[in-house]
Amino acid sequence: MKHLLSIDELSEADLREILRITPSFAEVAQRRIAKVPALRGQTVALLFYEDSTRTRLSFEVAAKRLSADTLNVSVKTSSVNKGESLRDTAETIEAMGIDAVVVRHRSSGVPWQLTKWLDASVINAGDGWHQHPTQALLDCFTLQQKLGDLAGSHIVLVGDIKHSRVARSDVQALTMLGAEVTLVAPPTLLPPAIGTWPVRTSHDLDASLVDADAVYLLRMQSERQHEALVPDLREYSTLYGLTAARAAKLSPHVPILHPGPMNRGVEIAADVPDLEQVVVVDQVRNGVAVRMAVLFLLLGSGVNDLPKVHAQPQADANVGTAV
Amino acid sequence: MTALIIRGGTVIDSTGTRTEDVGVVDDRIVDVAAAPDSATVIDATGCVVSTGLVDLHAHMGEPGDEAAETMESGGRAAVLGGFTTVLVMPNTMPPVDTAAVVEHIRTLANAALCHVEVAGCITVDRAGTHLAPLGELAEVGVRFVTDCGAGVQNPLLLRRALEYTTPFGLTIAQPADCVELSVGAEMHEGEWSSWLGLPGAPSEAEEIMVMRDIALARLTGARLHFQTLSTARSFALVAEAQRAGITVSAEIASHHLVLCDADLSTYDTSRKVEPPLRELSDVAAVRHDVSSGLIDCIVSDHTPHSTDRKERPFDAAEAGSVGLETALAVALSQDIAISQVLRAMSWRPAELLGLGSPSERTITPGVTADLTIIDPHERFTVSTQTQATAGTNSAFEGAELRGRVRTTIVDGRVVVHEGEITQ
Repeated sequence: MKHLLSIDELSEADLREILRITPSFAEVAQRRIAKVPALRGQTVALLFYEDSTRTRLSFEVAAKRLSADTLNVSVKTSSVNKGESLRDTAETIEAMGIDAVVVRHRSSGVPWQLTKWLDASVINAGDGWHQHPTQALLDCFTLQQKLGDLAGSHIVLVGDIKHSRVARSDVQALTMLGAEVTLVAPPTLLPPAIGTWPVRTSHDLDASLVDADAVYLLRMQSERQHEALVPDLREYSTLYGLTAARAAKLSPHVPILHPGPMNRGVEIAADVPDLEQVVVVDQVRNGVAVRMAVLFLLLGSGVNDLPKVHAQPQADANVGTAV
Repeated sequence: MTALIIRGGTVIDSTGTRTEDVGVVDDRIVDVAAAPDSATVIDATGCVVSTGLVDLHAHMGEPGDEAAETMESGGRAAVLGGFTTVLVMPNTMPPVDTAAVVEHIRTLANAALCHVEVAGCITVDRAGTHLAPLGELAEVGVRFVTDCGAGVQNPLLLRRALEYTTPFGLTIAQPADCVELSVGAEMHEGEWSSWLGLPGAPSEAEEIMVMRDIALARLTGARLHFQTLSTARSFALVAEAQRAGITVSAEIASHHLVLCDADLSTYDTSRKVEPPLRELSDVAAVRHDVSSGLIDCIVSDHTPHSTDRKERPFDAAEAGSVGLETALAVALSQDIAISQVLRAMSWRPAELLGLGSPSERTITPGVTADLTIIDPHERFTVSTQTQATAGTNSAFEGAELRGRVRTTIVDGRVVVHEGEITQ
């Protein structure tokens, strides 16, 4: 594996391998000195054309825990310079001898385009409406922690699927792992040709939640009402939001996921995020581990060199051993 | 005096196919027996001798976009692609909305190796609000008017244009795109746009305008030509209108005969075109429509860009592909009978452009010697590095195509010989 561009470019074996080795990296975080030398001497550039504090920080922490050097390339974007030459940027990075580029861009496809001009590994940290593969990996890892094997489990994704790179990656990853996925959204917020996707769709959230094993809420942006995709956010919340009443009907064993940042009062009622079954913090924590696993697989020296997993990592977080 | 004898080729024109030697003296076709002994002999064995190809849709850069193409470079590309006449689009800077700009472009076109016909605008500055001086444009010999881009959106203004131009014999040409339905689109809306996360234009955004404009052609009785239609249903609508006696015609860009939305899976911006690449089922249907004679013309939709305009994120990249040097080969590579390809690329566009009816513009003595000699079997690999066009954006970069122009003769002058420019 040279790049991580999208989930559908991974084989099922690749996907399972990443999830299999992730606990080794989760364990590193528990150590007093949360750092292993796996990527010492390598440089990872974080090329973020679009603001995303949490994804950038997560990748940066992941790279640093593997002892890689990181380089933040902040690219100010506006509609004026959205015509920047991608090739110029890629060639500049190439000339600096960078080993991996983590890229976030508002336009779908930019990570693919960069691979044409780069020898370095490219990791997609979110491109337009298209893909956000590490988000899907951390979601799957989190769901496996809560539900075990995902084969046959029923995962309900709710919200703006059409404009969501998270949804596209999650649908591919979850179905690859054998989960059954239901997308709940107003028809205007489903992608075209949704009938060709390996999912069920529904416009009735209450009915879909009855046999849900997990609920995934997507961020609803207020600009969608200006495009006449929904009449207003109040109606959206009523029909498609996880209201307090809906949350109360859910079993406490049904985890609630969200990619963040949450719009309290829109896709999720104000007090619902404080419920025990909301696993957003687990998602953030697992995000670092799964990104370490990805960086390690792309840049590391092979699985024989994995950090050793301690039998019970949570039991004694202060015991750290060099790997 | 120039004199040529084209020997051993298969002559194909609108009257049929035959094995025949062709003579040329000065700018006219003559009986081969009338060619002098000193005539230069061109061996056309194994090749097809056709009336010169006519392209109804090319952008040649000048004036205003000389970095992308000039009449000189675009003209070389045209004759290497077998075109002896090219209709250049009016979305130049300044746009072709006055007779003075027409005359200016004609002067620039002296640098081109092919004949250049100039299309005018329908509205001033292509803004879609006021009619351009259509009578004045017709007076200086303009035969086609179009606003390019998305075409005239206002149906009342289009109605007026259709009515007003009837006495001048002008053809109103329209791309078909309902811009409010295709707003923000970067590709065709369908299964592929759904996964690729790019906003799409539904086929219906094109078909609605085709329906509307057919209705306006019926209402006014004026002649209307659809530019670069792309969906199977659009061509079915045009064919149905033609059967009903409405004077409409339609063209297809050569890339729509081969490429489809699935070819955008790697976000290759050289394949970002307008209208967008449609679905595989459309490609199969339009190929069949060319074969059965339903589609009037195949055009290059030659749209040259400099490299920097394509090496951008997909949504910021300019649309369009060069096509003059590949259009014929693209069509010939699709197992469409060569006579149908030549109908769609030579005699039908010539007729629509007013260069003569198919029965007049044949390979017979007395007719102007605009001729193209094609080896339909020769294969070549497309590379914009070696093409004559200054544009670097080919949707077919790296593709192997079949069917190469060996010789192009414009007004009796051999401008391409053995696949190379002669001067």
